[in-house]
Amino acid sequence: MLDSLDYQAVGLISGLEVHQQLMTSEKLFCRCPAGLYTETHDGEVLRHMRPTLSELGEYDGTALMEFKTKKEIIYLLNQQNVCTYEMDDTPPFLVNQEAIDVTIELCLAMNMDVIDEVHIARKQYLDGSIPTGFQRTAIVGVNGWIPFKGRRLTITHVSVEEDSCREVKDKGHQIIWRTDRLGMPLTETVTGPELFTPQEVREAILLCGLVARSTGRVRTGIGASRQDVNVSVRGGDRCEIKGVPRAGLAVKLVHNEGLRQCNLLKIREELHRRGLRTPDSVRMTAHDVSDVCATADLGFMQRALQAGGKVYVVKIEGVAEIAQHLTQPDTTFLDELRGRVRVIACLDEAPIVLSSAAMPEFPGKHGILERLRKRVNPGDNDDFFIVFGPEEDCRTAAEEIRSRFADATAGVPKETRQALVGGFTTFERILPGPDRMYPDTDLPPTRITRQRMEEIRSRLKPPPWERIERYTSWRVPEETACYLIRRGGAEIVDAVVEKTGVDGLLAGIVIGQQYKALQRSGVPVQRLGVAEWIQVFDLYTDGRIPREAIPAVASTMAKDNLDAEGASTALGIALRKHEVWAKEADRLTFEGYRCKSNEDTDQKRVRFLTGRAVRMLKGKAPAAEVAEFIKTKLGEVAR
Amino acid sequence: MSNSIPFNERADRFQGYRGPVKEILEKHQIGVWSEVDVTNDRGSVFAGVILPRSETFDDLHLVVKLFNGYNIGIAAERIVSIRETGYKKAVYKIPEKEFPFDPQKKNVTLLGTGGTIASRLDYRTGAVIPAFTPGELYGAVPELADIANLTTKKLFGVFSENMGPEQYKVLAVSIGKEIAKGVDGIVVGHGTDTMSHTGAILSFMVQNSPVPIVVVGSQRSSDRPSSDAALNLINAVRTAAECDIAEVMLCMFGPTSDNYDLLHRGTRCRKMHSSYRSTFRTIGDTPLGTVIRYPNDDGSHFKYLTDDFLRRDKTRVPVINPVFEEKVTILYYYPGFKPDIIEGLTDMGYRGIVIAGTGLGHVNKPLYPAIKRAIQKGVTVVMTVQTLWGFTQMYVYDTGRDLLDLGIIPLDNMLPETAYMKLAWVLGQTDDRRQIHTMMTTPINHETTPREPHNGYLILQGGLPEVDAFVQKHWK
Repeated sequence: MLDSLDYQAVGLISGLEVHQQLMTSEKLFCRCPAGLYTETHDGEVLRHMRPTLSELGEYDGTALMEFKTKKEIIYLLNQQNVCTYEMDDTPPFLVNQEAIDVTIELCLAMNMDVIDEVHIARKQYLDGSIPTGFQRTAIVGVNGWIPFKGRRLTITHVSVEEDSCREVKDKGHQIIWRTDRLGMPLTETVTGPELFTPQEVREAILLCGLVARSTGRVRTGIGASRQDVNVSVRGGDRCEIKGVPRAGLAVKLVHNEGLRQCNLLKIREELHRRGLRTPDSVRMTAHDVSDVCATADLGFMQRALQAGGKVYVVKIEGVAEIAQHLTQPDTTFLDELRGRVRVIACLDEAPIVLSSAAMPEFPGKHGILERLRKRVNPGDNDDFFIVFGPEEDCRTAAEEIRSRFADATAGVPKETRQALVGGFTTFERILPGPDRMYPDTDLPPTRITRQRMEEIRSRLKPPPWERIERYTSWRVPEETACYLIRRGGAEIVDAVVEKTGVDGLLAGIVIGQQYKALQRSGVPVQRLGVAEWIQVFDLYTDGRIPREAIPAVASTMAKDNLDAEGASTALGIALRKHEVWAKEADRLTFEGYRCKSNEDTDQKRVRFLTGRAVRMLKGKAPAAEVAEFIKTKLGEVAR
Repeated sequence: MSNSIPFNERADRFQGYRGPVKEILEKHQIGVWSEVDVTNDRGSVFAGVILPRSETFDDLHLVVKLFNGYNIGIAAERIVSIRETGYKKAVYKIPEKEFPFDPQKKNVTLLGTGGTIASRLDYRTGAVIPAFTPGELYGAVPELADIANLTTKKLFGVFSENMGPEQYKVLAVSIGKEIAKGVDGIVVGHGTDTMSHTGAILSFMVQNSPVPIVVVGSQRSSDRPSSDAALNLINAVRTAAECDIAEVMLCMFGPTSDNYDLLHRGTRCRKMHSSYRSTFRTIGDTPLGTVIRYPNDDGSHFKYLTDDFLRRDKTRVPVINPVFEEKVTILYYYPGFKPDIIEGLTDMGYRGIVIAGTGLGHVNKPLYPAIKRAIQKGVTVVMTVQTLWGFTQMYVYDTGRDLLDLGIIPLDNMLPETAYMKLAWVLGQTDDRRQIHTMMTTPINHETTPREPHNGYLILQGGLPEVDAFVQKHWK
């Protein structure tokens, strides 16, 4: 059952957290420029993260896990985009109100209830992705919905928060982060768990993206929007697939996660059958077997030993063959063990964990395996694993292997999983709960007056679903409509239709399709705003340029920075009077023309000659009329 | 969740709430820490815990910590219904774990003045709860048990800016008592704002200490994962237990990175940035040394940057002299400074004035008559420099010579705040003009130094290519 999954039968449920960078000039809590990325640095800071105690005086799961990793965290700083706020050496400045406004706009677009007084909270992250150890975040709207496939998709809440660092390198006990992106304003849109197939997840991601884009106040490009997808199956538990970069990739990721959970449930069943029913029932013993492995001709093992490390064998009772159980295509439960060991014990030299049942071939393998067996004395139902690296990390790894099997007795552990190319996922961290949120005592709340909200509402753009419906009723293809909404062209189309009375289909097609084509050929079309496009269409509706000439005029306006009048004059394509162009057409029609064999019908001949004549007339005549003229002319010749 | 505590018996039911919100809460017999479902006029239901409200905020919003962890404010005018679903008071207590005692380890006493060096969070309510007893500290910073046997005493619970003469005296006496008990070192937990002031006064009130006296705090509060508190505390306890320098020291971050702490002499350092971790700098000299969490190559946690310090010697008997004259002040001179301030201070019975003068120690001529009158009336007027680095030198210009003639005492490179503490301490003991002069100009613990090494003044100027190249190679 690796390729197909009956989503309804297994009870697949999914929900989204869509992250979208906002187009503001400054960051959320300081005055650094937003959106200025750099690949070099001029300073470094070293930090560690220490979990703060939870209510019971104990560390919460994620915090403890991340503390266990004992990472040295290095931040790369560039004076151009980072100040002492991002370094956590200056308290936050007051929250960027421009970002709050855009977030309110997004909330209103999704029929949300805007919060009366916005409070900043701190959400702990100990992986180092934010130097303070927490992300400043605030709920701005709740209780919204967007129309989705004939039903309402709940938008649980929208929050505004600061973006995190970009990871540069994560190796062993050191992780390096670049800070340029840190602190940029970002919204998080959380949907209800109401998506039931991978396809729906894909469509919902696209729709959420479209709503954000329709405000015209969000960033675009790589990394500007990223989504986390929560997935569970019946009997499983919520896993968050983090950092899904494109909607299309979600399909395979969600499918594979559903599959993984179903397989983990089967593993649970098997473990229970063997009497391993509770986490406590999993028994582990670990031994230092560096002496046995000293002669093993395995490069990775020898490198670890030479670096002063150890080789440990970890026996788990009663789990024979479980590690070979498939979880996703080409992925087994052994990979679950590897994920935990890699992240928590910081052992990241492939193959990370070796299984007794799947040892690579090397000379003397059987002898060594025999000696290992003697050392750990496994029963028929037991399995053993080998890890290698610094001794303390090997011990942590042994405990993590035990802990992963212990979790398997309960089914699916709540995890954050990293999306990999190819549609697979790997363990990133234990899924954090609400126990990592606390109020930010550094900042006062922001009151959102109803007046402010209504002002924003009055400027609200039409929602994308309304536009799609309207444009498709004009017979604009849906794809073009979506493109227009995503790229801001819809604003122009609406204004052009309203101001010039031009046919919606024409405006939609010209702006939607020609815009793209012009952009591809390097014309700086972004120079053309609403006013410029209105000028072009005004010329057309006044009958001063033919519709075929609209792209050429627009292109010249953009390239040469002219107004529409100037561009059409420069092109010399202001429409000529019939008698003027007809005279010229008369002369040009058959000039140098020899009938080709494939122009065997009048129809084809008319089409060819018309095209030729329109080109020779440089668009100064309306094509339909030229065709009529040619038809008549051919008739005359034939006669 | 229990509803067991009757509403009327709950303490602080409306903490911070006034006006319309309080009316609603009263009407529904609901208060802070109540778990509630609040429904607003748009039908949105907010489920969470009612938090106390800051009294500086308006009286129009109810603060609820939602069960998903976020806080929100709900406008009173939009509340349609509110229903209590449970009640649980914030638990302001940290579970204690017994601090292990190891006869092999040194004994260190931690005296608390009010800064929170360690704390824990109540995530349900967002409250920050300070950890202070050894058991609480052990729970929060278990590494401490690897270093020393820790005893704690809470002397006061005041913010750093509220430390003053009374607290200084109690602190000095308490230190004396701990030393008499034979501890191997003392740590003083302190807020950072006036930490160097306390470092200075303790240097005068507690002299000849046999063991280290280490003042420590944090620039990022200990409820934050990135806090410098735990590392500062670990390093301070290590210094108190093992360091050879038996002086009053401040132990705070050297760089902003989690790397090493600097040990600053109590009389020679200053907070130089309002928020940086590496805010404390020794002025006009090099620090005494560094302390690092994991041992250096030679197995020691310390690097001594000078050998000119008082060494640990448990046979030495300290001199505790907890006196303080409160009628002392600092005047920060500026162009156009008017003499009436000095006149006023004289008439109000002030006994000492520390001037932070411009340049080498100057003030303008119109002040002379007022200064002259003050000194004639028995006020001690001393001169320091507002440049912080460098010496007073009042012979270079006529203005300086005139001031000397008036009887102003120049204090070389004593920091203005240190001069204030010393003058208050001296005037607490004598009003003999010659004795005051002698005591003020005779250094007790490097509050003035005979010479300034060239690396005692290093403020690198960013932007210069060679400086930026240097800074780039180091963890800031």
